[in-house]
Amino acid sequence: MAVCVAVIAKENYPLYIRSSPTENELKFHYMVHTSLDVVDEKISAMGKALVDQRELYLGLLYPTEDHKVYPSYLLCRYGYVTNSKVKFVMVVDSSNTALRDNEIRSMFRKLHSSYTDVMCNPFYNPGDRIQSRAFDSMVTSMMVQVC
Amino acid sequence: MEAAAGGGCGSGPPLLMSEGEQQCYSELFARCAGAAGGGPVSGPPEAGRAVPGAVTAAAGTVADLFRASQLPAETLHQITELCGAKRVGYFGPTQFYIALKLIAAAQSGLPVRIESITCELPLPRFMMSKTDAEIRFGNPAELHGPKAQIPYSITEKNTFKRMDDEDKQQETQSPTMSPLASPPSSPPHYQRVPLSHGYSKLRSSTEQMHPAPYEARQPLVQPEGSSSGAPGAKPPRHQASLIRSFSVEREPHDNSSNYPEEPWRITEEQREYYINQFRSLQPDPSSFISGSVAKNFFTKSKLSIPELSYIWELSDADCDGALTLPEFCAAFHLIVARKNGYPLPEGLPPTLQPEYLQAAFPKPKRECTLFDSYSESMPANQQPRDLNRMEKLSIKDMADFPVPAQDVTSDDKQALKSTVDEALPKDMSEDPATSKDSNSLKARPRSRSYSSTSIEEAMKRGEDPPTPPPRPQKTHSRASSLDLNKVFQPSVPATKSGLLPPPPALPPRPCPSQSEQASEAEIQPQLNRAPSQAADNSPTKKDIPYSQPPSKPIRRKFRPENSATENQEPSSTVGGPASAATGKPHTAVQKQSSKQKKAIQTAIRKNKEANAVLARLNSELQQQLKEVHQERIALENQLEQLRPVTVL
Repeated sequence: MAVCVAVIAKENYPLYIRSSPTENELKFHYMVHTSLDVVDEKISAMGKALVDQRELYLGLLYPTEDHKVYPSYLLCRYGYVTNSKVKFVMVVDSSNTALRDNEIRSMFRKLHSSYTDVMCNPFYNPGDRIQSRAFDSMVTSMMVQVC
Repeated sequence: MEAAAGGGCGSGPPLLMSEGEQQCYSELFARCAGAAGGGPVSGPPEAGRAVPGAVTAAAGTVADLFRASQLPAETLHQITELCGAKRVGYFGPTQFYIALKLIAAAQSGLPVRIESITCELPLPRFMMSKTDAEIRFGNPAELHGPKAQIPYSITEKNTFKRMDDEDKQQETQSPTMSPLASPPSSPPHYQRVPLSHGYSKLRSSTEQMHPAPYEARQPLVQPEGSSSGAPGAKPPRHQASLIRSFSVEREPHDNSSNYPEEPWRITEEQREYYINQFRSLQPDPSSFISGSVAKNFFTKSKLSIPELSYIWELSDADCDGALTLPEFCAAFHLIVARKNGYPLPEGLPPTLQPEYLQAAFPKPKRECTLFDSYSESMPANQQPRDLNRMEKLSIKDMADFPVPAQDVTSDDKQALKSTVDEALPKDMSEDPATSKDSNSLKARPRSRSYSSTSIEEAMKRGEDPPTPPPRPQKTHSRASSLDLNKVFQPSVPATKSGLLPPPPALPPRPCPSQSEQASEAEIQPQLNRAPSQAADNSPTKKDIPYSQPPSKPIRRKFRPENSATENQEPSSTVGGPASAATGKPHTAVQKQSSKQKKAIQTAIRKNKEANAVLARLNSELQQQLKEVHQERIALENQLEQLRPVTVL
């Protein structure tokens, strides 16, 4: 049910970002970028680096996004930070269903495990863009199915 | 006339075949089926994928035949689908005939549709490019790249005769393959191996099949020709051309795989090649290749990094950043396929799955898995675990597989048994995965030990006449009893080091290797080698510490010594008896004891020799030490004499 999934490196540049195609992807890029500030805030506020599975719960940042073809988009952004300060940001459309917290957590868990699988690949240099097809397919399964 | 196949034609229209067509098709089908050995056999190593027992044509053979029709690949795929082979999963007579008719239709310019075949069509034409068309045809099933093979198919034919001579085949192929396989390393070589392998396989399997009606074939074809099975009347026809075309066109794909539909099967030769490569990277076939090592190795293949990354993704099934032997074989195979132009699959093909690979090639795979399980267990205290596993396996599978347990540590049967008992309960607690693997592997302790993970063992084995190093397991992958028989029969003394490699199993890797060596001459060097080789293998390192404790309890007979030599001795001797004690420990005991004695004696002899050498060395070093002392004294005296001078 996500409309956008992004993996941001520790240095705050995107390793992987994918949005549902019908939307203006740039908008999502901006959203993700702005949410990075909130993520950083949370990280620093936490003091020790205890990695909560869902460290950032932005809630309804943009209750409605109706300036595009999709009116009344209830966009919630969620964040997740790994121990190595790699951030996952997910923008979900909760207008259709109210996504429960656990669902978001499980989605992040899946993301995280796929990410570690990508890391395990010796041909992957940390800092490269993620081009793993397995990762792609996993993200696709999480993305909202746009008809 | 209604074709006989028409009846079987499920959804298609009734198949009308003229007499000529019928004859032609049946010959073709017979050839394909014959090549398959009467069953859907794409290659000897391949497990029957298609419906076993049914009269079907080998997918590989059929694929080659279709390719010889020189239709584009998409058309062939369409035809395959239309004829129903995909649907049912195999090429039965019906499907085959329909496919042939569709080929004829396509060649006539008609669209590939079921309706097209209802009208009169000329016979499908299959291009035969070279003389060895038959072989090609027959072999393609086995060969990986039927088309490509042409250049070397001819050479291969010769090489096929020398199936065993993989290297030669590789060499012969390499010149032809070189354009395809630029990387200097093994992949190109490797590809050739499979081809030749396929040839030989095909040859052997289809030998009787078709008496090579293709007069056009040369004598070379004869050996293989059987495989290609000159379907008699066909030869003069397109069939003849058909086969040839395979070899002629050097199609990019299929060099390393059998045929378009099955590029992902690994033949025996390929597998051996992969395993050798694995060994060169990691002496312990049961352990992993780390990611960085594999990366360096695969980078040599000159594929792009994203492709290599994708191949890794496909092959590292458990995503642990390391490649076990089956994973490595799969990755290597994918690389080879890719270099030959095959597009990478979306997912790991079933024939490359680790489980499949392990099952298809029990011997090497088993070893690998066994070793893998060992390596995994290593950290955890392999010996007991290995022993457990083996015992569990042995107990489970058969009483006569004590060898596995023995392999691990076995000093003597009693020890083994006790360990077995202990191990059993422990075994249960062990990881199921590894134990499962190890179990299967354990079943072939002997083989394992042979293929033994370490090079030293291989070396030792090399010295040992009895067992061929690479895969003794092959011969007896299943029944331990087989192994045992072979083990016991050949030569007890010889086997000591080789055949009965005491469950070389990982745990006492230095020990077992050493124990194997016990019968061999160089114990010390081997020991040194073992450690050095083990240096890279964490498992081996772990082996050393772990081997010590486990061996102690097991070796009641022998003093629990930590020295490698001693361990070797007992372990070798134990291994001997251990391996012997398969089903009937009691009966084997006597054999064991005799073998033990011999083993002990040889070990004693060797140790004595080693002792003598060391003693000599020691005395020489003592001499040098004395001399050095004297020099030092002299220098000190001089210094004292000079000092008063300087002080002034």
